Amino acid sequence: MKSLEELLAIKEKAQAQIAARDAEGNDGIRVVVGMATCGIAAGARPVLKALTEEVEKRNVKNVAIAQTGCIGMCQYEPIIEVYEPGKEKVTYVQMTAEKAVKVVTDHLVNGTVVAEYTVGAVTE
Amino acid sequence: MRELSLNVLDIAQNSIAAGAALTEIVIREDTVKKELLIGIYDNGRGMTEEQVRNVQDPFFTTRTTRKVGMGIPLFKMAAEQTGGRFTIESQVGVGTRVEALFKTDSIDFTPVGDMEATISTIVSMNEDKDFIYIRSVDDREFKFSSAEIKQILDGVPLSEPSVMMWIEGHLKEQTDELFKN
Repeated sequence: MKSLEELLAIKEKAQAQIAARDAEGNDGIRVVVGMATCGIAAGARPVLKALTEEVEKRNVKNVAIAQTGCIGMCQYEPIIEVYEPGKEKVTYVQMTAEKAVKVVTDHLVNGTVVAEYTVGAVTE
Repeated sequence: MRELSLNVLDIAQNSIAAGAALTEIVIREDTVKKELLIGIYDNGRGMTEEQVRNVQDPFFTTRTTRKVGMGIPLFKMAAEQTGGRFTIESQVGVGTRVEALFKTDSIDFTPVGDMEATISTIVSMNEDKDFIYIRSVDDREFKFSSAEIKQILDGVPLSEPSVMMWIEGHLKEQTDELFKN
């Protein structure tokens, strides 16, 4: 049962993590998913879900996932953008749930941009 | 759209963009009449009569990144192709009410799909807004309120992956209960 007690336990764990994050004082990575009609029709929801599940599974603590509207390149949806403090924005296009998992493991965890999924590689 | 839940995700984004503090999403299924009603009701800034006409036109959009807006026309088409109906009512300063009725025995009926993923996405990605989700099958129903969850979370963001996954799992269980009997 996905009970309220379970939610309370999740809350307590998350509070501890947030406190630890704040104490370290590091600015987190922000991952934004395009969620306008174009993105949704192209499959943005499973991409967002895969990102969330992988971040949770790997216990990545400094990542915030958010949504945005139409990024303006509808033919390349689903699109995700990764904002890392002090680095240039990375735009991944034509994403799938599988590709999203790789972005979490390679880019968010290990710091290596998955070049082949980036807008630069795809539109070449 | 392959699932109605994706249309709902899309239409609800309009409510969010309209600054709605509260959006109510209702899905009622009548297995005897073979009808499904989807309602999205918000207290956002609303639209003028002209805007209401325009949003039903696929070649109109309020966005600036491109020139067509397909969200409402796609949802309307999904309902009307089943022999159902679509209505949109709005009042400036009050809000907007979108309703679509589907005939579930039509061969053109699109399945509801993963509503739980739609609701958990909307709720988690819009911390500053409140959402109520009501789903019913005949005389059984459940209600989910994001405000109640926020109260329990006491400042922990809804976008925390573990929270988002809990919401989805919780909704799945509630939905399964509805269809069990």
